[in-house]
Amino acid sequence: MANYQVNKTYQEINEKIKKGQAVVVTAEEIIDIVRRKGEAEAARTVDVVTTGTFSPMCSSGAILNFGHTKPPIKASRVWLNNVPAYAGLAAVDVYLGATEPAGDDPLNKVYPGEFKYGGGHVIQDLVAGKAVHLVAEAYGTDCYPNKRVEKDVTLGQLPNAVLFNPRNCYQNYNCAVNLSNRTIYTYMGPLRPRAGNANFCTAGQLSPLFNDPYYRTIGIGTRIFLGGGVGYVCFPGTQHNPGKPRGENGIPLGPAGTLMVMGDLQKMSARYLVGVSLLGYGCSLTVGLGIPIPLLNEEIAHFCAVTDDQLLAPVVDYGHDYPEATGRILGHVTYTQLKSGKMDLDGQEVLTVPLSSLVRAREVAQLLKEWIQKGQFLLGEPVELLPGSDAIHCVPTASRDS
Amino acid sequence: MAKKKVVLNFPPHLIDQPVTYRLITEQGVRVNILRARITPKEWGNMVVELNGKKARLEDGLAFLRELGVEVEHLAEEVKWREELCIHCTACLAPCPTKALYVERPNMTVGFDREKCIACELCLNVCPYGAVEIAIEQ
Ligand code: SF4
Ligand code: SF4
Repeated sequence: MANYQVNKTYQEINEKIKKGQAVVVTAEEIIDIVRRKGEAEAARTVDVVTTGTFSPMCSSGAILNFGHTKPPIKASRVWLNNVPAYAGLAAVDVYLGATEPAGDDPLNKVYPGEFKYGGGHVIQDLVAGKAVHLVAEAYGTDCYPNKRVEKDVTLGQLPNAVLFNPRNCYQNYNCAVNLSNRTIYTYMGPLRPRAGNANFCTAGQLSPLFNDPYYRTIGIGTRIFLGGGVGYVCFPGTQHNPGKPRGENGIPLGPAGTLMVMGDLQKMSARYLVGVSLLGYGCSLTVGLGIPIPLLNEEIAHFCAVTDDQLLAPVVDYGHDYPEATGRILGHVTYTQLKSGKMDLDGQEVLTVPLSSLVRAREVAQLLKEWIQKGQFLLGEPVELLPGSDAIHCVPTASRDS
Repeated sequence: MAKKKVVLNFPPHLIDQPVTYRLITEQGVRVNILRARITPKEWGNMVVELNGKKARLEDGLAFLRELGVEVEHLAEEVKWREELCIHCTACLAPCPTKALYVERPNMTVGFDREKCIACELCLNVCPYGAVEIAIEQ
């Protein structure tokens, strides 16, 4: 066990939250506090740091139960607003994936396809309170004789609706460029030829896993802001890979940790769950997600004070290397550079464009901060930490108290 | 190559005539139908985008007028719907005139109508449907 100057527990912090006395700041605000007071003093005075991100997260979807019908149906094929949902579960349970296009979408036949409506849009329509047209087909059994159900449903009428995202919140992500001679259409947006633009997609110093690079506090059971409501980290996300190379500061130099998250869709809001149409690529869902980080000790304060100039994104050529899976990286670029609007790539000035909204990410972190300040949101102590959390990282002690 | 968006109003007696076919085959104009409402024995209308050499387009339009089709030009405008914009800035890369711009360090996106040349390059790039074409007659 490391020897810390500050030792706080979840219980202590939650007691303060309940009394409305917790000191809460955002991941941007903590930077200056640590700079002025030092890490130990910051950990002593601040209880919680809130983070936020607002970005397309393709590995998202909703588990919906549409209620038993009379006569009952064991649905085998289901559509919501003509978007197919997976029905290979019990009778009236389905999983609607964010990237599923509408059944009659021309896809990329007329290239680049527009993908006007898909699973992500259905989820947005549902949380916006709109009626969604449901069609269910079945082969019929002795116990479930019904072979077809067609009805309009609203989110409020569904017995259960759970947002369940197998992989969200990537710890770091590529900065995409295109070195080929034609415009390409990717999940990172349209990329113009000869590195005409560079697209990136995390909120940098505000992004959850950049502030807790070794998953010291974010684990299974962590309560989070999800889509405008309350959610939970329920498992490491798919492709969670804590073993990725890290910089000296402990921050991964490429996509590493991920989270599997879930929460009650019926309490979420269409402002933080937005369906998207990525030209030539497909549909997806933009998710607003925020995680509170308790400052249990000065090491955590140290990590939360990370700034954009210490965060590096790998630059990847989506014209050749990504589709060929060569694994080649053109170099690294700091988030300070990326957020400035231009970066340098081998002497060429390239326009940089974030696909995630920094404006909304700030809004998420701010809202979560207010919830905690008002005593409406308590911290969830992880029942288990994520793989990679046992890594030892030595914080240079010299800078702890200044 | 020139491009023109027009509304074609068809008088009832032309509804069963292959006018668009003749516009394409005889006049050599490329026709992209954006919207159409045709009912037998009534005035019909169609919003089309015409593509072709400038002289061809003019001849084509003269041909339509001669047949009795009324041609109206469309004033086009690109609209930025602030309430749908989430400030992701994806539209900045294709916009040639910086009509769509971002204020740093807040990273709030704005739209300068005066600078917009309605080139439509931003339209499909916006993943959130926040820029759209407004067709005014
Ligand atoms: S239509 Fe063209 S000029 Fe106008 S905002 Fe879009 S990209 Fe910019
Ligand atoms: S691409 Fe659309 S949502 Fe993103 S900043 Fe531009 S207008 Fe707004």
